[in-house]
Amino acid sequence: MTTSEIKFNDEAQKKVQEILAQYPNDKSKSALLPLLHLAQAEFDGWLSPETMDYIASILNIQAIEVYEVATFYSMFNLKPVANYLIEICQTSSCWMCGAEDIVRYLEKKLNVAVGEPTQDGMFQIKTVECLGSCGTAPMFQIGDKYYENLTFEKIDAILEDLRKENKRSRYV
Amino acid sequence: MNEKLLLKYDHIPGINTLAVYRQHNGYTSLEKALKTLKPDEVVEEVKKSGLRGRGGAGFPTGMKWSFLAKPEGVPRYLVCNADESEPGTFKDRYLMERIPHLLVEGMIIASYALGANASYIYVRGEYYYIIKILQKAIKEAYAAGLLGKNILGSGFDLDLYVQPGGGAYICGEETALLESLEGKRGNPRIKPPFPAVAGLWGRPTVVNNVETIAAVVPIIQDGGDAYAKIGVGKSTGTKLISASGHINKPGVYEIELGVPVEEFIYSEQYCGGIRNGKKLKAVVAGGSSVPILPTELILKTAKGEPRLMTYESLSDGGFATGTMLGSGGFIVMDEDTSIVKNLFTFARFYRHESCGQCSPCREGTAWMEKIIKKFIDGKANMADIDLLWDVQSKIEGKTICPLGEAAAWPVAAAIRHFRHEFEAYVRNPQSINEVKHYYRLNNLVEA
Repeated sequence: MTTSEIKFNDEAQKKVQEILAQYPNDKSKSALLPLLHLAQAEFDGWLSPETMDYIASILNIQAIEVYEVATFYSMFNLKPVANYLIEICQTSSCWMCGAEDIVRYLEKKLNVAVGEPTQDGMFQIKTVECLGSCGTAPMFQIGDKYYENLTFEKIDAILEDLRKENKRSRYV
Repeated sequence: MNEKLLLKYDHIPGINTLAVYRQHNGYTSLEKALKTLKPDEVVEEVKKSGLRGRGGAGFPTGMKWSFLAKPEGVPRYLVCNADESEPGTFKDRYLMERIPHLLVEGMIIASYALGANASYIYVRGEYYYIIKILQKAIKEAYAAGLLGKNILGSGFDLDLYVQPGGGAYICGEETALLESLEGKRGNPRIKPPFPAVAGLWGRPTVVNNVETIAAVVPIIQDGGDAYAKIGVGKSTGTKLISASGHINKPGVYEIELGVPVEEFIYSEQYCGGIRNGKKLKAVVAGGSSVPILPTELILKTAKGEPRLMTYESLSDGGFATGTMLGSGGFIVMDEDTSIVKNLFTFARFYRHESCGQCSPCREGTAWMEKIIKKFIDGKANMADIDLLWDVQSKIEGKTICPLGEAAAWPVAAAIRHFRHEFEAYVRNPQSINEVKHYYRLNNLVEA
């Protein structure tokens, strides 16, 4: 394994330069979180050790400085994930408005438990903490999209659309 | 009383664009500040306004600004805290999504007041679509000469950037936010030194919440004195309230501080009463970390006076009978809600979000979650109530940052006001049915 196997394409390289321009020259470590988001979006939705080493080489920092950050923040996936990671809020207001029913419905519909990808690698359910959508509960997030005021019918339609779209979701 | 200062134009189509925002007085406050006020005079107006931090702590903004150190030749920074993650709170998201230019304008005015030439808006990573909205607004502002060099010919330069978080509640704590902005784990720093002296990259920094910075725009527009006339006593101005839970009309409401809680819950103008004709059981008035209050104490103080939506009235009676305005995350629970089960979701949240630096918080939050789960599973005994009380009491005041308190207070308040519900779970593991939840029993209970 070498870091040369992993490299941002030209478009992503341009984004890297834009991100680095946001900080004073000697403070480029500040670019770490934005670069990890970009890397996760560019390299199959997760951060492999090779990807993290690559980011360390761009910022000229120790690999451990990347690992300790990637493991701290909940949005970074350290294992491969399905195309569509369905992040279901389960805190207070969402719980009150039926988040647990949403989890159970999805588990049954997709025939997987929370955390497992479906066999075709299309969907994966993750329970998360408050996403700031309390007034439109229950909800889940897929990539940068918020799906709110969920009902079972709505979920059926959302999954159907995504199955047709069949593209890896991303935040960036 | 229906004075709107921030959400006056939120329903105007296209208000997220510079053109439409400008048609509705957009950037006139900035022009006024740059052309007629010196930076110190802007600070003075904010001081006069009585504006208090809208993120939750309620610290006077003008005073925070006046603490900023200004050593010669050292850059200083304004950082906007858009890491909104307190359960029950979604007002900043609403504001940034609907009227991004209001935040941008506030950032420019505040940066001018503080003498910052580079400023950052740190947005929680889950709000990535908001980041894109803000970046678009910032691009428009640059193109119109409202950002960059020599803004509106004033000689003032400012670069404004948006920084994503990575999914960590703790980064809403200002020193954890700065650590994160420096590309590190979000571990809160020991204070002092405060960010005003050593903040971002060790340089003087002010960190303010989204709503706080947005409020600077109407304050400059109409003057600090005019703003101070709105509201009640030391609770001046308006506040965005995120209303959720078992109400007919959940959403973000801008209220003049001083609206009675009862009016806020029941009037058609705001929450529109409890869903499905049910009765009110309890309210968490200011985000998950403030003490929950039962109906009788949220509607009236212990002295029998109507409780008002102000910093002072909500905290009247201390924690024995009161709570806090906090972030304005107003969570309403109907008569069928299990207080213990809701508390479990809070306990799980704080265990998940503890950064792990201080052992009372790292160990305590996990322990509290475990004990509360025992009640839900029907495996607790009466002594567990006292144990839970004991654990929470040993977190408060013993941690670097306030996450310790934030985790302990909801537990303490649930026991203080709803001890009988914990007891019911011990007496009868099926008491969850007695409380008539409208939701179905879940896996945790079946276990």
